[in-house]
Formats: sequence, C-alpha cells, structure tokens
Amino acid sequence: MTGKTSGDLKLKGVTKRYENFTAVEQLDLVIPRGSFFALLGPSGCGKTTTLRMVAGLDQPTIGQIWIGDQDITETRAYQRNVNTVFQSYALFPHLSILDNVTFGLRRRKVSDHKAQAMEALELVQLAHIAKKKPGQLSGGMQQRVALARAIVNRPDVLLLDEPLGALDLKLRRQMQIELKQIQSEVGLTFVHVTHDQEEAMTMADTIAVMNSGRLEQVADPATLYERPTSTFVANFLGQSNLLKATVKSRAGATAELDVHGVNLRLPVDRLKETTKELWLGVRPEKLRLVGSTDVGGIDDNRLTGVVTDASFTGLATNYLVRLPWGQELMVVQQNDGARSAARGAQVTLGWAPEHGFALNANQDAHAGAQDQADDSGAI
Amino acid sequence: MVGQLVEGPAARQPPRRARRNYTPYLLLLPGLAWLVVFFVVPMISLASQSLQTGSVESGYSQTWHFQTYVDALSQYWPHFARSIVFAGTATVFTLLLAYPLAYFMAQKAGKWKNILLVLVIAPFFTSFLIRTLAWQTILTDNGPVVALARSTHFTNVLQWLQLTSNDSLMNSRFAVIAGLTYNFLPFMILPLYANLERLDHSLIEAAGDLYATPIQTFWKVTWPLSLPGVVGGTLLTFIPAAGDFINSRLLGNTQTVMIGQVIDSQFLQVQDYAVAAALSFVLMAVIVVIVALYVRRAGTEELV
Repeated sequence: MTGKTSGDLKLKGVTKRYENFTAVEQLDLVIPRGSFFALLGPSGCGKTTTLRMVAGLDQPTIGQIWIGDQDITETRAYQRNVNTVFQSYALFPHLSILDNVTFGLRRRKVSDHKAQAMEALELVQLAHIAKKKPGQLSGGMQQRVALARAIVNRPDVLLLDEPLGALDLKLRRQMQIELKQIQSEVGLTFVHVTHDQEEAMTMADTIAVMNSGRLEQVADPATLYERPTSTFVANFLGQSNLLKATVKSRAGATAELDVHGVNLRLPVDRLKETTKELWLGVRPEKLRLVGSTDVGGIDDNRLTGVVTDASFTGLATNYLVRLPWGQELMVVQQNDGARSAARGAQVTLGWAPEHGFALNANQDAHAGAQDQADDSGAI
Repeated sequence: MVGQLVEGPAARQPPRRARRNYTPYLLLLPGLAWLVVFFVVPMISLASQSLQTGSVESGYSQTWHFQTYVDALSQYWPHFARSIVFAGTATVFTLLLAYPLAYFMAQKAGKWKNILLVLVIAPFFTSFLIRTLAWQTILTDNGPVVALARSTHFTNVLQWLQLTSNDSLMNSRFAVIAGLTYNFLPFMILPLYANLERLDHSLIEAAGDLYATPIQTFWKVTWPLSLPGVVGGTLLTFIPAAGDFINSRLLGNTQTVMIGQVIDSQFLQVQDYAVAAALSFVLMAVIVVIVALYVRRAGTEELV
C-alpha cells in the first residue's frame, strides 16, 4: 500500500511504446485535485492507454506518474489509491451487488464495509437491489453499480473509461447529469475518457483533446470551442469553417485579412505577432444570413455566395453556401425568425470579427473532421 | 419502400398451420431409442442377473437372492474403498496439473493456443491400452525415470507415503495413480480450458484495481468463476477413473486391484455373473451418491 496520497494527478513526459507504434508520446498533464477532467479524442488516440497507465494496468515506457508528492509509476494497480469504472463495467458476476461494492473495502480490511457500501449504493439510488446479482440488472443499473463500487473506496483519482458508451442516448444524457452531480457531491478527482465531444463538454471542467498519442489542447469547454488552437480541435469539437487568409495590416485592435480578395477583420490578439498566413476559422452558428441592405454590425465581416443545400432540422436550418472560389461554408441558422433562403439563392453571410479564430496555416484544414464523423456515426 | 420492408418477410412466411409441430420429438427419437436399447434394457437385465442364482453350466434362475449383494460387498469392500481413494487422488493431481496449463492456454498462449490444444488431444490418437502399456516402459526399473527418482530420493518419499513398497516405481500404488492421472488429464484440461477461455480479463483487472493482490484475485475472482469447469473436469475424471480396470492391471500389483478389475474378472474369468452384476450395480450407486453430494456442495447454479 502506498498509504494515503492526495493532491493533483501529474503525468510527466509519459510515453507508451508498443512494438510497432507509439500509443502515447511525451504526455505532460496536470489534473487538479477535485476536478472533473475529460480526455477526449478519436479511437486510437491514446486516451485509454493513458487511463490504463494511471490505473496501473499498463506501465509507461518512459515518464512518471505522480499523485500529489508521491511517484506511483512503479506501483502495481492494487497498490494505487486509484479506482476505475470500466467500459464493460466488469462487475463480478458471481457476487451480489453488495459484495461487488464491498470488494475494495474488504481488501483494505475496512471494518464497516457494509455500511459504507450501502451508503454508496444509496448515492446511486440502488440500495434496494443490494442482494441481486449483476446479471439481473439493466445496463444503466450495472453502470451505476460500477460507479458505486469505485467511489466507495474514496480514491484519489477515479477513472472512467467510456462509462456511458453502452447506454442508449436518453439514458446517457441522464447519467451525464447524475455523474456530474455525484462528482460535486463526493469531491473526488474524476478523469473521464470519451470520444463523445458533447459528453466531454457537458460534464468536464477541463478537457484535454488528444490526437495520435499527443495532446492537442487542454482548456475548459468554452475556450476549446471558441478558441481552438489547432485545426484538429476546431473540427473535432463541433464544426468549423476554415478560410485561407493572409494578414494585410494590423491597425489598433483589428487586423485586416485578405481572403481570396475579400477584406475580412479579426481582433489582433487572436494572431501571433509574426503570423502572415493563417486559417481563419468561424463556427457555422456564428454566421448569419443577411440581406445586402441589412445594417448589422458596422464592422461585420461579409461574404457572398450561393446556397447549394438547405436542410431544416427543427431547431435550426443547416445551409451549405458556395463561395465564389468554390469553397462551401456550413451555416446554421437558428429557427428564431431569422432570415431563410432557398437552394440556389444568392446570399450574403455576415459575422462579428470577434467570433473568428486564427489557426496555424501549416495544418491540414480537414484534420479531425473525419474522426468525428466516424465516431458519432458509430453510436 | 418502408412498407415493402415491413411486409416482405411476413409475406414469405408459410401460412400458419393448425397441427402441432412434431419435428422436435422426431429428432429426439433416435437418441431415445439408442438409450433404451443400449442402456435401459441392459440395466434391467443386469439388475435381474444380480438377483439370480445358478452357474454358467447349469443355467441361471431368478431367485431374488439379495444375499449376493451382502456377500459381494463383504468380500470386495476394500476394492471399492481403494477405487474411490485412487480415483480421488488421481482427480486431485489432474486438477493440479491441468489448472495452470488450461489457464495458460486460455489466457496467455495467444497464437500458440491451437497448437497446445492439439497437443493436449494428441494422446487420443493412440489407444488407451497402448498409452498405459507405454507407462510400463517409462517406469521400468532400468529406465531413466527410475534412475532420476532414485538419485533425488523421490523413491524414498514414495515409500514413506506407502505409495511404493521398494525402490522401484512399477507395480505400485504410485504407478496406478500416475497412470490414472495421465490417462484422464485431457478430460480435466478441456472443460477447464473451455471455461477459462471465456473468463473476462477485465474482471481480473477490476479485482486488481480494487486492491486485490494477484493471489486474492485468484481466490476471489478466477477460482469461483472457473468452478463450473472444475466441476465438469473432476466429474469427467473421477467417474471413469473409479471404474477403471486397465491401469490397475497393467501398472499395479495384487495389492492395488481396483473394483473395475474385480468386475472384469468376475464376468470373464470366474464367470460368477451374479456377483459381477451386483458389484456393477453397487459401483454405479456409490458413484451416483458421491457425485450428487459433490455437485450439491460445489453449487449447482454455477453449472449452467
């Protein structure tokens, strides 16, 4: 036993190499104590490997893992004060629900294990089925038992490996809210691995986006969405329109950009001082269909194009608008009485400059877009 | 389009018939007939034979002579006891040998899995008799096994355990138990393997995650989950081993005679059919009782 450790979870230069490939490359991460942290990325990005290394189920090839001021890299899984909610739940089928939940407490010779287990089962509202076997429960109930079995031990870090992946959509939404409530109630550090960007954004205080074994960006959900720092993040979290732009001038707070001959603006603080070329990004819901005579914001960016597709989803209408140089922009127009347009119509798009973001021009404009489509399609 | 999809399969279904479907019963018939002809009828004939008196020369007559059972048991109960002890010991040894092997094959062998399975089954390619005769050669006095056993004083250990009576290995309790263990090992490995292969590795990881040391993980998770395989394997080993008559004849001595060997000689050499039939019946009853107690103890619901 490592005894009681507590504090932030720190990964220092953690690398995991297998024979033919590197699953995780030089990962440096600090996960503050008591936070709800999400590791988000497409399948095969190394997020589960990272989680398994924290759990002690895999050993990093290089690097260290610390909890507070203790290096736990060399300890075995059963010696770590870390518990996991497995993707398959991994409930012991031969034990009752109560015996499943007391399993960890008994191994640690906690005397009032039964009372503590019942308390944990009450937290997940399953105290009434304590005597049943896992096979008699529904998927959602098993998921909650798995959660109770982990949190009853009050681990320093609770790891959740795609815990909601096997649940249907409605139950998943409900469990997302419940998980968040439970986390704030028990105050443990939760590290949640998921490929579902909506799930990560709903639940986590901080999200680390991973891609090909590396960290793309670590930030709170709003920052990740509004100010992505890579094309991968811009495309993987929601959708983005990326326009090839060149900096023409920087006057005061606003930079003037040239996009295929059109003059567009962006706040200067979004740009690095040396930036010449960039991807100018703007989210589809930030774009507005405007009439050529509409006043709008006086500094609004304007682009004109032809509607090539319009699909009504109830909440909104999704448009594809072809720009004069052939690129198609995604536009989401809220169903709030805003202007609409039919296919083939000539339209003007407008957006406020502060809704734009700048990305390094060397990156692939489509990075992450396919990953997201694959994963959401798989559900 | 949607309408077509819904209607399509329904339209292809044959019209519902009012008469009952007898196919399952017809499929049951051959097996049932086989059991009646080759199990039920012989059992009745055996029961009847055990209660007849007479001799092969003068013919038998049904006399309900229950004294045959009393006589047979009073004379041969040591052979019964010996058979149970030998079979039980051999079953324990097969379990100890088979469990690690089956676990390795099921969980760790990877691409070697199929090759190992073939190797486990390979002995079946030769006859039971030949394999047992081979053990005579293996355990022969001037062979390397005996030399090794002598040099490591294993023969002394066996003598101390009264499994052998001198510093040889052949013609001893040890040889019989070793033969039984060897011959029935695949019957233990295969059920264990089938069970352990289905063992969800994430349960092992979960146990470790919940602070169980590897030893605790084995006793709290792996072992209880493998009980159906253990029960299946021990039954498949113990039942035939208890009635075995080859190993004790080929590898044992006059002090290691098992009940199967007695029945064999009563039928074929002494030709006392009544005693032979009575002994067969008692052996069956003893095994049924032992198995019933054992299965009840091991937890029947896990056997599904």
